[in-house]
Amino acid sequence: MADSGSKSQTASSALFDIVIGLEVHVQLLTDTKLFCRCSARFGAEPNTQTCPVCIGMPGSLPVMNRKAFELAMQTALALDCEIPSFTKWDRKNYFYPDLPKGYQISQYDLPMSQNGGLHIEDAKGAFEPKRIGIIRAHLEEDAGKSMHDEQDGRADSRIDLNRTGTPLLEIVSEPDMRSPAEARAYLNELKLLLGYLGVSDCNMEQGSLRVDANVNLHIPDGEGHVATPIVEVKNLNSFRAVERALAYEAQRQHNEWLETKQTIDDAPKRTFGWDDQRQVTVVQREKEESADYRYFPDPDLAPVVVSGTDRDAARAALGELPANLRQRLQRDYQLSLDEADVLVNQGAEFAAYYEELSQSSGDAKRASNWMQQTVMRTLNERVMSIREFPISARQLADLLKTIDVGTLNTTRAKDVFQEMVSNEVDVETAMTRLGIAEVDSSELQQLCRDLLDANPKIVADVKGGKQQAVGALIGQAKKMNPNANPAKIRTTCLELIAQTDP
Amino acid sequence: MTPEQVAKVAQLARLRLDDAQLQAMTGQLQQIVSFVEQLDQLDTEGVEPMAHASEIQNVFAADEMQASLPRETALRSAPKSDAACYRVPPVLGD
Repeated sequence: MADSGSKSQTASSALFDIVIGLEVHVQLLTDTKLFCRCSARFGAEPNTQTCPVCIGMPGSLPVMNRKAFELAMQTALALDCEIPSFTKWDRKNYFYPDLPKGYQISQYDLPMSQNGGLHIEDAKGAFEPKRIGIIRAHLEEDAGKSMHDEQDGRADSRIDLNRTGTPLLEIVSEPDMRSPAEARAYLNELKLLLGYLGVSDCNMEQGSLRVDANVNLHIPDGEGHVATPIVEVKNLNSFRAVERALAYEAQRQHNEWLETKQTIDDAPKRTFGWDDQRQVTVVQREKEESADYRYFPDPDLAPVVVSGTDRDAARAALGELPANLRQRLQRDYQLSLDEADVLVNQGAEFAAYYEELSQSSGDAKRASNWMQQTVMRTLNERVMSIREFPISARQLADLLKTIDVGTLNTTRAKDVFQEMVSNEVDVETAMTRLGIAEVDSSELQQLCRDLLDANPKIVADVKGGKQQAVGALIGQAKKMNPNANPAKIRTTCLELIAQTDP
Repeated sequence: MTPEQVAKVAQLARLRLDDAQLQAMTGQLQQIVSFVEQLDQLDTEGVEPMAHASEIQNVFAADEMQASLPRETALRSAPKSDAACYRVPPVLGD
């Protein structure tokens, strides 16, 4: 059921509900392919990573990659799926030049996992938090790659079978999303989860994460609604493209419905491709008479029986997952959901860095601010990950502590930070290099005395109860000595004024 | 079995059958189906469906790389190839 809260999201959505289900294929991070021991690495010279098994030579026999099965099971558990005790693989028969065997080894009626879900929530409240159901996640092999070659006036397609047989986990959601924003949030959360699990590198450009979307509309009609024909949208090459394609496709379906009044009962499912350049969806071929894949169990592959012990062991091996980490950061460090969300969404290593910084510096709030502003900006500017970041959490904590005790103000601390990053040095060295020596207290006392002598009006104002008048002195003091700490100037001046006679 | 059913199966298997072959195949396939249909005589009430013919379970290999075929060897058996890839009639659209 669509909730009415989502209807305010787009101008057009009062006219209909968008119903979206996503199919995501992720390549699992194994060294070798799913059924043979050829390398599964991306980017090798074409056709240098194949063998009789993956190019479908008669008599060759597939053997399941244990690591691939384990990664798939971990992912399924993290997606809150049931792991049935018995699973098997089936042949999905079709002809295509990038499929040398004439069938893909996939899973049909007994997938390795089913009935899960993924919680999505927008920290800024763009939609109501909800659970997106996962129908199933199953383990299958990838196909090869075809490239169209127009050189030499030849019209052949060229086929590279390196990718043939690499392990994919196909994750099929329920049609539970009600807006392009929810679809994007689901993809972000799924990708984040896979990153935390370390099961896939989720690189859309290299094809290790692919998304197809099924979408139709529910248009209010009397007490119920009519449903438009389902369209599968392919060729989605970024999460942003998914969001745009869905918004476009919803509008297109609505226009089509106004024109044709065709419902889901009148037309078969069709496939559209997203044209990123023109920002439109374009009809591809109609599905060939409801594709008859003639699935049957692959007789060459043994079924897998999973025991309760296997499941428990896999579950125990899962690290902390993003949803739990968000809650724990809020609880343990008194962060807001929004703050925890930003930290967690940067990945497990970023969040771990934050925790160490927070603990070492003793100021969770300041640590969070620094991570979200200064550190994130620096990482973006330098196009590096937290793993490559030259300052350790402990070194950065030392810097934060100098702010805490009032040795440095925040502006000056950021100068020190830049120095630390640029020259990969610790706080002390950076401060020395910048000529920041702490102004000693007798020096500071003298400085303040001079200032008070030169500004009798301010002294009188403070004595008259206007404490904030002392602020004007701080600017002057900084001109006289840039390393003087503003907080200390303030307290010293106030103390001196208090000591003078009324 | 009807000739139409056999024609559909042939199409899915990318087999081109002329009329005589279609007639012959229809008869032969009918014989096979009839033979298997004898199973209908059995009472399978309460019998668990068999998901797989093999009794063997849980056969795994370690994720350890082994040598792949030299490219020339892999490409040699294709009807058409160039130095790096198989060549096939144009794959249009997707």
